[in-house]
Amino acid sequence: MNALHSSSRRLLESPIGRTPRWLLVVAALLLIPSYLSPLWTLTMFAPQYPDGLRLYIYSYRLDGGNHGQDVHEVNVLNHYIGMRDLSSADFTEFKWIPFVVGGLALLFLRAAVHGQLGHALDVLVLYLYFAAFALWSFGFKLWTYGHNLSPQAAVHVDSFMPPIFGYKKLANFEVYSYPGVASYMLAAVVVVLAIALWLGWRERDRSATL
Amino acid sequence: MTKPRNLLLWALALVVVPGLIAYACAPKAPKAARTAAGATSDIAQAALKTYVAPGDLDEYYMFSSGGHSGQVYVYGVPSMRHITTIPVFSPYPATGYGFDDDTKKMLGGMNWGDAHHPALSETNGDYDGRWLFINDMNARVARIDLRDFKTKQIFGPVPNVSGNHASSFITPNSEYALMGSRFSIPVPKGTYVPVERYAAEYKGVVAGIKIDPKSGELSLGWEILMPPFDYDLGDGGKGPSDGWAFFSSYNTERATGKLEVTASQRDRDYIAAVNWREAQKAIDEGKGDMLGGVKVLDPKKVPGVVYFLPCGKSPHGVDVSPDGKYLVGSGKLQGVTTVFNFEKVLTAIRNKDFTGDEDGIPVLKYEDIKDAEVPVGLGPLHTQFDDKGYAYTSLFVDSAIAKWKLGTWEVVDKVPMSYSTGHLCVAGGDTAHPNGKYLVGLNKLSHGRHLSVGPSQPESSQLVDISEEKMKLIYDAFTEPEPHYAQMIKADKLHPIEVYPKEESHHPLAIWDVKDAGLTRNGDKVTVKVAEVRSTITPTAIEVNEGDTVTLAITNIEQTTDELHGFGLLDYNFNIVVDPGETKTVTFKADKAGVFPYYCTNFCSALHQEMQGYLVVKPKKG
Repeated sequence: MNALHSSSRRLLESPIGRTPRWLLVVAALLLIPSYLSPLWTLTMFAPQYPDGLRLYIYSYRLDGGNHGQDVHEVNVLNHYIGMRDLSSADFTEFKWIPFVVGGLALLFLRAAVHGQLGHALDVLVLYLYFAAFALWSFGFKLWTYGHNLSPQAAVHVDSFMPPIFGYKKLANFEVYSYPGVASYMLAAVVVVLAIALWLGWRERDRSATL
Repeated sequence: MTKPRNLLLWALALVVVPGLIAYACAPKAPKAARTAAGATSDIAQAALKTYVAPGDLDEYYMFSSGGHSGQVYVYGVPSMRHITTIPVFSPYPATGYGFDDDTKKMLGGMNWGDAHHPALSETNGDYDGRWLFINDMNARVARIDLRDFKTKQIFGPVPNVSGNHASSFITPNSEYALMGSRFSIPVPKGTYVPVERYAAEYKGVVAGIKIDPKSGELSLGWEILMPPFDYDLGDGGKGPSDGWAFFSSYNTERATGKLEVTASQRDRDYIAAVNWREAQKAIDEGKGDMLGGVKVLDPKKVPGVVYFLPCGKSPHGVDVSPDGKYLVGSGKLQGVTTVFNFEKVLTAIRNKDFTGDEDGIPVLKYEDIKDAEVPVGLGPLHTQFDDKGYAYTSLFVDSAIAKWKLGTWEVVDKVPMSYSTGHLCVAGGDTAHPNGKYLVGLNKLSHGRHLSVGPSQPESSQLVDISEEKMKLIYDAFTEPEPHYAQMIKADKLHPIEVYPKEESHHPLAIWDVKDAGLTRNGDKVTVKVAEVRSTITPTAIEVNEGDTVTLAITNIEQTTDELHGFGLLDYNFNIVVDPGETKTVTFKADKAGVFPYYCTNFCSALHQEMQGYLVVKPKKG
């Protein structure tokens, strides 16, 4: 028991090489776009909107195409089906996501400096937990918008889940929902961290076992 | 075993590839099908040249004057589709123009105007796409802002000017819009002189209306007292003739009565050449006599400001060539159009080579200043130019357009028109750099070329392809009365807004949230802030007392293209239309007790029919 414990500790404390450390730095850099460009983009076309309406979900705010006007327009349309106005104030995610992402970046850099296998493992686990929770949180928010429709609305529609990925036809609208560049970068973080971990594992102290 | 470098490449690929897929997935436009056709006959060629497929845009804007409708019509060329109407001098319920407080005030109690000659603003002799000016016979000039295609100012009536026909031609840097009286009257207005004393005591006036280079605001520059001729058309000189303005005139006989005879006796009438820099200088120096409340220059007392160039017979158009070297004067009662060389005009003025004078205005010698008489055909009226050195002259009597070469003065082609062409309009045809390509003949008669609509007939505007050596008539369009002249500008020179941005709203009564809508009372004056947004007018009921003066301030709080809302109040004489982001006020007396529905008149949304409310007017006690 003691031997197992100490060998696993040795494993977690085994130093990782230069490449995995740089990969941790790269992972931290990949978080930057989530402050600059949208995580998710919804594009809606209808016959009377040939140029489309666009919603951009950033990590810290909601924005629309046409100088932000599309958010207002989507709200005007949604009021007919009794949907609550989309507003940045409703998204608690906009407060905690930027904070958590910053914290994670600091942890990535810490792991890069200390250069231990355990740190790389920790940040990967933390990061996966964050990503899954954030995705669920946004998804649940959309579900809530689509399922809390005012019974007094002028137009009655069945509760619906707005599309998270891909295409969905909603009334006269073609709705396309795709992750933005920032989300692909966030997904890439997982890959980069996993590679860092794997390289570190390969170069581990051979005497240690888990 | 894979090397770390390869792994990095793999990682990069994993990032880039989904990114590209995402980019490709998010569509830029809905899918639409389009078909192309090919054909070779003349008719098929014309069809291809004028067919603008559904969803496609025209290449040029054409702004046609609406004549006595008091409006401006906007066409797309080459499709010749009428796109919209800009009301200028007359109320237009379709856009609510002339019913809200501001535009009503701008119309100044006049419900008609006769708008003949639109002029696009110019910089260095070329259209700059900022404003469109247009004259009214009632001594007014209006400015339309091409940022929103709305009439922003109606300037006038200008004192002493009667029948502002020779207007609103513009100078090459939009220094002035011109004015010239087609009717001579005893001045100032209000003076009584029997018509028998016309020749000596009636006066014509030409004027320059100053245009503020930044705001476009119009104000009076200079006025010149002229002999009692009929001043018809005008043009601003450019290049070597910059600084001069030209006005054609007829009835130099100073006749009255049956003018069609009495004003057609002389073989030559005049083109007045005005040195507007000198005119402005004289006014700035305080010269001139007070007349009708403004300073007016008398050429007898202020020499060197205006000269007469003899031109045969009863000229209509006086048109300056793109290089500014030539003036083309078209005597409508003859078979030639006359080309004057401006350099020779200047030489004659310098040498004081005059044959006499008219009320103190020196008259130059025709033979000294003329370069050519071009045998264009009968009834030449108006000339425009293309980009290849050709001139195009409309022939009213011949019902045709003649194409001729500047320099060789040779007529190279003619195309028949249906029928009786007045003005013509070439793309950029009065600028320093014409576009050519399209010409529109603005014809006075259309009979038989359209489905019959009874005795009240439309006019016709015919599109001619002038891109090749032979002119080709390619389209007939019909227009409501009555386009006189038009301006054609490349579509990419205009960049109109489609909503009034909320940030730019400075209206003191504007509101942007339906929560701010409501009524405030000050004695018997009631102000109601009204918000319109799909699909409610807030407030949905307004209660006032009989006899109250009510001001409605209606804001369309939409910021979406084409979401216009109306406000029609039944049994009251107004309908307001507010564009997205616009605020308009309308003031009326609630002089009838009872309940009056109001509703959105401009169809806006699926629940447009529900967009309504009630004005409840409580009867006076006793």
